[in-house]
Amino acid sequence: MRVQIAGGHVIDPANGIDGQQDLFISEQGFIAGVGTAPDGFRAEQTVDARGKLVFPGLVDLRARLREPGLEYKATMESETRAAVRAGITTLCCPPDTYPVIDTPAMAQMIQQRAWRFGLAFVHPLGALTQGLQGKLLTDMAALDEAGCVGFSNALEPVTDTLVMRRAMEYAAGFGLTVFLHPNDPWLRNGGCVHEGEVSTRLGLPGIPEAAETAGVARDLALVEQTGAHAHFCQLSSARAVAMVAAAQERGLDVSADVTAHHLHLTEHDIGFFNTQCHVLPPLRADHDRGALRQALASGVISAICSDHQPHEPDAKLAPFAESEPGISGLETLLPLTLRLVDQGLLGLVEAVALLTSKPARILGIDAGHLGVGATADLCIVDPEARWVLSVDRFTSRGHNSPFLGWEFHGAVTHTFVGGKLVFEAR
Amino acid sequence: MTRCDLQFDSQGRLRHLLTIEGLPRQTIAEILNTAESFISVGEREIKKLPLLRGKTVVNLFFESSTRTRTTFEIAAKRLSADVINLNPAASSTTKGETLLDTVRNLEAMHTDLFVVRHRESGAAHLIAQHVPAHVHIINAGDGRHAHPTQGLLDMFTIRRYKGPFEKLRVAIVGDILHSRVARSQIHALTTLGAAEVRVVAPMTLLPTAVEKLGVQAFTDIRSGLEDVDVIITLRLQRERMNGALIPSEQEYFNLFGLTPEKLAYAKPDAIIMHPGPMNRGLEIDSAVADGPRSVILPQVTNGIAVRMAIMALIMGGPGAGPAPAESRRTE
Repeated sequence: MRVQIAGGHVIDPANGIDGQQDLFISEQGFIAGVGTAPDGFRAEQTVDARGKLVFPGLVDLRARLREPGLEYKATMESETRAAVRAGITTLCCPPDTYPVIDTPAMAQMIQQRAWRFGLAFVHPLGALTQGLQGKLLTDMAALDEAGCVGFSNALEPVTDTLVMRRAMEYAAGFGLTVFLHPNDPWLRNGGCVHEGEVSTRLGLPGIPEAAETAGVARDLALVEQTGAHAHFCQLSSARAVAMVAAAQERGLDVSADVTAHHLHLTEHDIGFFNTQCHVLPPLRADHDRGALRQALASGVISAICSDHQPHEPDAKLAPFAESEPGISGLETLLPLTLRLVDQGLLGLVEAVALLTSKPARILGIDAGHLGVGATADLCIVDPEARWVLSVDRFTSRGHNSPFLGWEFHGAVTHTFVGGKLVFEAR
Repeated sequence: MTRCDLQFDSQGRLRHLLTIEGLPRQTIAEILNTAESFISVGEREIKKLPLLRGKTVVNLFFESSTRTRTTFEIAAKRLSADVINLNPAASSTTKGETLLDTVRNLEAMHTDLFVVRHRESGAAHLIAQHVPAHVHIINAGDGRHAHPTQGLLDMFTIRRYKGPFEKLRVAIVGDILHSRVARSQIHALTTLGAAEVRVVAPMTLLPTAVEKLGVQAFTDIRSGLEDVDVIITLRLQRERMNGALIPSEQEYFNLFGLTPEKLAYAKPDAIIMHPGPMNRGLEIDSAVADGPRSVILPQVTNGIAVRMAIMALIMGGPGAGPAPAESRRTE
């Protein structure tokens, strides 16, 4: 269907567009024109976007869809539906599904399942090692061929430094990106919160900052040795950020992301054992949050992701250390990012870039922009809408969020994927 | 300090005892004063009061305990409650039942008070969040977090032997990192306005940022004990060598074991406390444990009165006590 999105304020950082423009979507679902209609274009549907913002569809670098393996928590259908409701049209899913994404068949199955629902695009990351066990390399070239956009061992550490070196080297040879979760498992030592004031107060086993920085230091040394193209996932501490910044300054090809919740919460939000704040890496100190925010503003960190982890209610109804970590984050990704704009940390264009063109570049995919010829993935946002996050508002099957009760500014009213309207607010 | 609102009902009365952190000073004073009035009950021929007659108390100990469970049992029985002891570590939880399911099942049997001990920090808070309004929870130790009744009985003992807290210097010696007792004592002492609270241990057994709890940290026992009025030694688990936390029992005893020689650094009338169970020859020398300044056994006796006071206040409301009008004392 040919669609005209009329009168909206289009923000397309990749193409330098920030102003009122009409958008024209072709029959085949591509952007046919921006500002001026292509010759002979006749819209079959017109969406009135006056007073609204039009963004490229958001690209989320990390979301667990729980399928296959943990369908009692959520399904690909439920979570891709939650994604498009939140303006997210492209998702990257880590390989720690059950079974692990370490064969081309698994990678294809995930894409095909997502394709069948026709909601958000799902790009898998392949496992860096077979079964994420940190011992044997996966068939990276075949996985790449099967659609994996990068390789990661997810939260499972590759403790054998030689295996990590070989994995990076092998990936580097084929120009594949390695997604790293820096973490020294010995220093982590079963910890579940940041080692600091709150771990001391509550008597919870802490994860020292050095668990992250020792991991970053090791991985940076290997990146330097191998020339791998590396991305650091969800940095949490000020020192780790400084190490990545210094590496970038030396000219190393490394990027980094942060989760939306690490930009808003600290260890103190745990209060008395609030398991909704149980996340990995842990929420850290005030100055860490400050450094993560500064790194966004300075460009050291180039993407904000949800690290979406939907859970069934029982997963959080346990003593803190025994509760499962993670936040159902898809539906708060954009609102929490817009809050950074309200707080004056980021300009709106910059904020949109951190959710669209920049993460797309990290994944090496053609998404997150509205240039003529691009797939028409976009969302329309009412910047004036005010709403409060409540359990009934979730589309995701996971209602686990420390942001329940928060008031947000700005809500998605329409989402298009491949030119098709997949969500419209009622 | 963070206040834990879960502990109070809508009228501001103590409903659960989960942690000492955030308890107002007057609440602590009320507990200690009420305990004072219960002390004599244990010395009577008939050691019973009818305050909790018809109430059901379940001692729910997911982690083993002798002293704490027994003194809770005696305290509840002296208040005429019906007491049931459960050690679910060996039964339903090993069959995969969740903590909350275990509690819900017992609650369905019309329990009025749960006394809970669990290996995980925060277990008592979790239970308190999910029980109906008429059910009360007393935390008898959760992981490394809190052991508030122990902290309060220690305050009761200190007050009996040493008087007002404002002038007192207190040193807690030993494995602070893993100790729920130390955390409860620290919160109680800082709330009651102790002049100085010190923690003394090797760096590996001191938690990060421990000063934020309002204490001073020492790694040298000599300066740590200098001029203190109260010394509390903590139990050291013998397996701590395994995590590379201490090199050997011998080195620990040499540096931190409380011996008559080290006792000489403290004030001459300093008292010695230990929450038990003791490792003689590891954290404490027998000459100190059994010496004239040791109040380790009175701590146990006082534990009964303090636990009676807490149960009576939580379930009976303010003014609970054998003869409240005459026997209440102010701080």
